[in-house]
Amino acid sequence: MRGRPHLYVSYESEQSLLPTWTQRVMVGLLVFLLVLIPLQGGIEIGDRLYQPVGFLGDNAWLKILSRVAIFGIGALGLNILTGLAGQVSLGHAFFMGIGAYTAAVLGGEVGKAHWGLGLPIWIWLPAAGLVAALVGMLVAPTAVKVRGLYLAIVTLGLVFIGEHLFRNLTSITGGSQSGRKFPSLDFRLWKEEEPFLAFTSDGPMWPVFNWLDWLFGPWINFPAEMSEEAKTYLALAALLVVVVVLAKNLQRTRIGRAFMALRDRDIAAEVMGVPDAKTKFEAFALSSFYAGIAGALLVAFIGRAIPEQFNLLLSVQFVVIVLIGGAGTVAGTLMGSVFVFVFPRLVQDFSGWLTETVESGGVIGSIADVFVSTGLDDPGLVSTLEGVSPGLNVSQLNVVIYGLLIIGFLIFEPLGLYGIWLRVRNYWKGWPFSY
Amino acid sequence: MSLLILAQAAADSGVDKFVGAITNGLSLGAIYALLALGFVIIFKATQVISFAHGAVAALGAYLVAYFATVLNFPGGALGGPAWLQWTVSAVFAVLATAVVGLVLERVAIRPMIGEPIFSIAMVTIGLDIVIRTITNDFISTDPRPLGDPFGTNIWEAGPISMAYSEVATIIVTIVLVLAIAWFFRSRIGVAMRATAFDQEAAMAQGISVGRIFAIAWAIGAGLAAVAGIFSSVFPRASQGVSAETAFFAFRAFPAIILGGLDSVPGAVVGGFVIGLAESFAGKYMTWSGFGVGFSGIVPYLVMMLVLLVRPYGLFGTEEIRRV
Repeated sequence: MRGRPHLYVSYESEQSLLPTWTQRVMVGLLVFLLVLIPLQGGIEIGDRLYQPVGFLGDNAWLKILSRVAIFGIGALGLNILTGLAGQVSLGHAFFMGIGAYTAAVLGGEVGKAHWGLGLPIWIWLPAAGLVAALVGMLVAPTAVKVRGLYLAIVTLGLVFIGEHLFRNLTSITGGSQSGRKFPSLDFRLWKEEEPFLAFTSDGPMWPVFNWLDWLFGPWINFPAEMSEEAKTYLALAALLVVVVVLAKNLQRTRIGRAFMALRDRDIAAEVMGVPDAKTKFEAFALSSFYAGIAGALLVAFIGRAIPEQFNLLLSVQFVVIVLIGGAGTVAGTLMGSVFVFVFPRLVQDFSGWLTETVESGGVIGSIADVFVSTGLDDPGLVSTLEGVSPGLNVSQLNVVIYGLLIIGFLIFEPLGLYGIWLRVRNYWKGWPFSY
Repeated sequence: MSLLILAQAAADSGVDKFVGAITNGLSLGAIYALLALGFVIIFKATQVISFAHGAVAALGAYLVAYFATVLNFPGGALGGPAWLQWTVSAVFAVLATAVVGLVLERVAIRPMIGEPIFSIAMVTIGLDIVIRTITNDFISTDPRPLGDPFGTNIWEAGPISMAYSEVATIIVTIVLVLAIAWFFRSRIGVAMRATAFDQEAAMAQGISVGRIFAIAWAIGAGLAAVAGIFSSVFPRASQGVSAETAFFAFRAFPAIILGGLDSVPGAVVGGFVIGLAESFAGKYMTWSGFGVGFSGIVPYLVMMLVLLVRPYGLFGTEEIRRV
């Protein structure tokens, strides 16, 4: 079998999560890297400290990566519904909201302005998923009856109805004026003061990572402190890994195969014994479960949110993640969520760099000056001024590029990032031949 | 339910309130019908719901504000009474929006022919994001007045009292609906129906499917602009076109679903039903338990109820499913 990775001699090996050694090693390295990022390990060469992934260990970047993990979890849920079962949904934000407010009621502070029971995370996090799944089951009968774009608009209606509910149930949500505080990510066994595992405060390096120091000590220096962002990131990344394994595994189960059969041709699936309504029901429940978990994590991560957080834009963001990444693939969905959050940061950095270049002058500066508006009477595409200005400001530019990316990806690369990855991989697989 | 409302109206002897709900509902429904017509034309030709419709409507309203108040072009060049100048400028702006529709179709929708419907719908969401952001940047922080001749004048006849703009909305809608009904009997309209039925077969008959797509998008964008005008004048929005205008179109989604995605009469009926339902809910369902702004979600609730009974809307064609 050596050197022939595509020769499967048993059904088990073909169905295994990571069939080839290359994949196992790569995934192992990736997970290892995910753990290393927040620890900010550096290699000392001479008297300089080199941090290979140092910039990612920066707290601002860790926040972005935490967001990637949360949205990755939610997007994997939408991927089950849209990518596997082929049911278009714009209602993901609604289910996230349900999860978020379930978490708020169960885990929120006791005896404050809003309802809260102060229960620990191991109760409110699964409960958020379960309640969202229950609501998903309530909605499913309507959703099962309608198809295609009709379904897209029904789920769109859900978002608006949900927003109305959230805005008016002020004892739960705090209303749109101030919103409410949400439980923190700290792990408590019960309602004790000092959390069992603190994810939201700076502190010393967890003893769990001592072995790293022991193993790589001579070459890599790990700092003795861990920031709040690093801990939050690690907790969320761990959850993401669990969810990824579950989502990947789902594709190998009876339910997952039923989803895919339904997506590819629903009547044919029905003829072959896949019950239409029941399978869609399961898809909605599962997807809503993931959405509920992601919603609870999102608000716990943000800390305070208003009902308008769960609007159509949030739903669209998830659809975009799934489509840009590549519908129906777990790896693609993850790539999509990395892309959607890392890209705005890059645009921001780029605009900042452009402005600096313009101000410093020179050849590149005068070229960049055409695009950048630095004053009220300086026309340009992008403006660095606050408020009223001739061009788009950086956040507007971000949104416009985001929209253009959606259009561009769908037109030029319908398979998404995963499609690009496949082409790159196949190119090197066949290299130096083109086939 | 209608009986209940009638009985309540009699009991309150609130004839004015009742008539007010009807006139308000009709004019609101007319705007929804205009938006829904645009959706249906685009859907009939290209099998796609354009999520960018609201953004195009806002862009159209902005262009009207720009041409009529800032440039006063081309109305100002022609002269004549103020209302005529405004109308000419507004029509010009609507045509400009139709051209924008043409460009959108050519750049973003044409390359997507043959892709899954949902992918195309997502492209329109992308268009929505881009157009809305750029329009909002044009509009900037304050709403832009359209400079319309309707003003805040009220027309009164017996118990009926309607704003001039509401009367104009209803008249314009009736004219446009008749025009569209005629259009579907014209040569191009028949070609569009053929395209809706089967793109390849239509092509084999010598119909330029691409041109039909373009025409549908141009008409759709023009209708959206007209709806955009009426949704950003008194009494819908006293200040003019703002960032909110784009969201107005989302409430026309229930109207098209209610009527059926591919039915012109359905769009009109759906628009008026949703408008009336919203208006009556706003006037009569004022119990605090419904919450603030309940009338805004009534369209969606009505839509869900109807879909439970009729999954393809009231007039929609049931899709024939084959293996």
